[in-house]
Amino acid sequence: MPETTIPSFWPALPELLLALGAMALLMLGAFRKSDAGRGMFGLSIGLLIFVGVFLLFGTGKEVTFGGAFAVDPFIRFMKLLSIIGAVGALVMSVQFFKNENFEGFEYPILIVLAILGMLMMISANGLIALYLGLELQSLSLYVIAAIRRDKERSVEAGLKYFILGALSSGLLLYGSSLIYGFTGSTLFVDIAAVVGKEGSSLGLLFGLAFLLAGISFKISAVPFHMWTPDVYEGAPTPVTAFFAAAPKIAAMALLIRILYTAFPAISQDWQQVLVFISIASMVLGAFAAIGQRNIKRLMAYSSIGHMGFALVGLAAANEQGVRGVIVYLLIYLVMTLGTFAFILSMRRDGAMVENIDDLAGLSKTRPMQALALSLLMFSLAGIPPMAGFIAKFYVFLAAVKAGLFLLAVIGVLASVVGAFYYLRIVKIIYFDKPAEDFEPMPRELATIFGAAGLFVLVFFVYPAPVLKAAQNAAAALF
Amino acid sequence: MSSWPILSVVTFLPILGALFILTIRGDDETANRNARYVALWTTLITFLLSLFIWAGFDYSTAAFQFVEKREWLGGAMSYHMGVDGISMLFVILTTFLMPAAILASWTSINIRVKDYMIAFLVLETLMIGVFCSLDLVLFYFFFEGGLIPMFLIIGVWGGANRVYSAFKFFLYTLAGSVLMLIALMAMYWDAGTTDIQVLLTHGFPAQLQSWAWLAFFASFAVKLPMWPVHTWLPDAHVEAPTAGSVILAAILLKMGGYGFLRFSVPMFPLATDMFAPLVFGLSVIAIIYTSLVALAQEDMKKLIAYSSIAHMGFVTMGIFSLNMQGIQGGIFQMISHGLVSAALFLCVGIIYDRMHTRQISAYGGLVHRMPVYAFTFMLFTLANVGLPGTSGFVGEFLTLIGAFQVNTWVALFATTGVILSAAYALWLYRRVIFGKLEKENLKAIADMNGREIAIMAPLVFLTILFGVWPQPLLDVTAVSVEHLISSYQAALAAASDVASAAVH
Repeated sequence: MPETTIPSFWPALPELLLALGAMALLMLGAFRKSDAGRGMFGLSIGLLIFVGVFLLFGTGKEVTFGGAFAVDPFIRFMKLLSIIGAVGALVMSVQFFKNENFEGFEYPILIVLAILGMLMMISANGLIALYLGLELQSLSLYVIAAIRRDKERSVEAGLKYFILGALSSGLLLYGSSLIYGFTGSTLFVDIAAVVGKEGSSLGLLFGLAFLLAGISFKISAVPFHMWTPDVYEGAPTPVTAFFAAAPKIAAMALLIRILYTAFPAISQDWQQVLVFISIASMVLGAFAAIGQRNIKRLMAYSSIGHMGFALVGLAAANEQGVRGVIVYLLIYLVMTLGTFAFILSMRRDGAMVENIDDLAGLSKTRPMQALALSLLMFSLAGIPPMAGFIAKFYVFLAAVKAGLFLLAVIGVLASVVGAFYYLRIVKIIYFDKPAEDFEPMPRELATIFGAAGLFVLVFFVYPAPVLKAAQNAAAALF
Repeated sequence: MSSWPILSVVTFLPILGALFILTIRGDDETANRNARYVALWTTLITFLLSLFIWAGFDYSTAAFQFVEKREWLGGAMSYHMGVDGISMLFVILTTFLMPAAILASWTSINIRVKDYMIAFLVLETLMIGVFCSLDLVLFYFFFEGGLIPMFLIIGVWGGANRVYSAFKFFLYTLAGSVLMLIALMAMYWDAGTTDIQVLLTHGFPAQLQSWAWLAFFASFAVKLPMWPVHTWLPDAHVEAPTAGSVILAAILLKMGGYGFLRFSVPMFPLATDMFAPLVFGLSVIAIIYTSLVALAQEDMKKLIAYSSIAHMGFVTMGIFSLNMQGIQGGIFQMISHGLVSAALFLCVGIIYDRMHTRQISAYGGLVHRMPVYAFTFMLFTLANVGLPGTSGFVGEFLTLIGAFQVNTWVALFATTGVILSAAYALWLYRRVIFGKLEKENLKAIADMNGREIAIMAPLVFLTILFGVWPQPLLDVTAVSVEHLISSYQAALAAASDVASAAVH
């Protein structure tokens, strides 16, 4: 009879802190109803930063809760990125909700809960823990999308996201049960052992395909991307910023973890699926964005394309590829936060404007902001010497090593098509006649925006620390 | 030789000037004047410093000189700079033409002067970097990065159809270059480094050579440009401001030719041997076809743009004839075209500043009012045709000798291009300068002023000097080109040894 022991809680301490903190904040909000809104942002940001700093000091690999929960350098790195995304999105929200006279204290707490779910799923070392984390994250996100419950568009976005998200969770669960059925375990380690011994079977492949479909929905990769433009457009802008940053990173980390810890033996099989998803995302992201006039929809297609580029590194199925994805996600995070910080500052006459033509002649009215935004656009397009180029460089480097020349060629050509719509924004900023000026940019937005612009410009001068950290993180999986 | 990092200083000094301009406050006339002077002094000092490179250059070796190397991008890629006989002249050409470009914009650019000067200074850094980098990734950074300032220069300060041209320029060039990026990565995994010095002696497998050659060709053929991927160039030239056209024609195009010499020929000798007939074919088509197209142009800038494409055809023909005369001639032709095409665009700019039209039919009889201008324009027209005594002749003649040794038909057809170039260039000259001064608005046109003469005088001097005494340039390139050819032939011989050994 196996001995029952109390599992070690130490590896899961960040999660525990977040869970307890979120509940405490919820109590605080419920009992101090009148003036709860304002202070809640500060407390939530503080909590997240505390956990983030805590993560910085972790070292080594640990597994606990009967093998269902793991911590290693890769996991810590991705958790940290997710938290940075959440903190950035929260900081950017403060002014927005003040302007919109929205007092609900739930928003920052829901973000904390969503992050808790993300940390859980990044750490998941088995299919059950994975699903727990994923659902906590998804349910929080559905509510956040519909947080302006008095606005039709926000509710519509939330509902759409919920229905399609529920479908994808179903797919994922179905895939998980098939995998369990054909391998006899829900733990990644055991699955890997069985798969390594017996190779792939038809049932296992079916399960894997459903699992991949479910996760593709979360990272909004083609053909599971349909919700993205609508949700991005409908949700309040700071929520969109959050959606574009943290959940994408967490889901990508999850995908990497599943593929490299549970199914490394059949990389041949999942590689072709990823190649297809990657090509489809890059191409669709590039072409569909051309027709967009709404900047939030444009960023939605842009993020679809960027996930396609990140998947290039994953499809390579080698250590360089994982390193490439990590570098890509980090740079993508910075570019996304920076761009959304600017989008949030696009206000005229007390209301948000979202059309790209509203940027006309920004270079005349606000030269420094125009410069920073153009740098971000060139970086998103992947033009050297911007950071976005270095991101693309490393994922394609891995793909070429793996011999995926077709993927690489289609990918770089898609990036040329994509460059067109980023350039069009630069064109509107620099070549067109000035439109009316925006309201002044709040200080915290200016800080994030300026820092992101500076980052993408000077990253190439000294990228060594980031590359080294990514290298260490990637090595944890091999 | 001196121990200070002269190449880095020359490369990044213009950025320093750009940062300095960034600190200038205000939008008034004083701020504009300050920006112009900062840009002018920066480019002049850069030019003077770059002369130290020539002064300290060792003519007797084909090795890279003034080498600097630092860690960058984690291990395999490094910040590696250096010049040899092939690249050094391009650095000097760039630094030499930049002050002229700034001066040419002195009065014609009066909106957003600060931004304009910053764009040009950043562009200068990126252009010099292209010719100095000894690491493939570093090269790519500079090569692609140059698109950004040029895109803005065409788009913000260009003519009526500037947006279309700026996009076409950017996307065309980008599409060509990204394929090179993939080839570059394949080379990295084969050789384990992107250091150009190592790659030059690496010896890539034959199949990789063919693919990589084609990928590099896609990039350089667009940049040069070669027929049939040249269509971005006339648009970009017509819409760009004068100084933009000057830099585009004189330096940016040369990156394509430089790329062939630095990468395609020495790194992929087998593929070069295989594809040389293709390049000959395209070169000959370019020379004849674009010369004929030039004959039909109504717009002066467009005519010179097409003439540039024809002249670049001589360059590719010379390079791929792969003998001493051909390659030396190709390099000489690039330098000479850098001077002559820059001067021709400046000539167009001078009358455009006065009349604000580039239509040939809007002019006629300028010689009566502008004798100095007529003389200058005449000189460069003849240099463009390749008249003996001008630098244009030396380049064309050497490339034709080179091609003649390999394939007499190529040389024959290319020579007809010389005749055609005389036709369109002289016809242009006749229509603009000669005839009666009939148009009312031309009757008060003023001749070149002091600033314009100051821009033109050095160009006139050098065009004639190198026409009668080409030795200084040929001496610089000789040893490096010899080394290039001998290693190319050694690679071919080794490959045929392997092939014959496999047969027996």
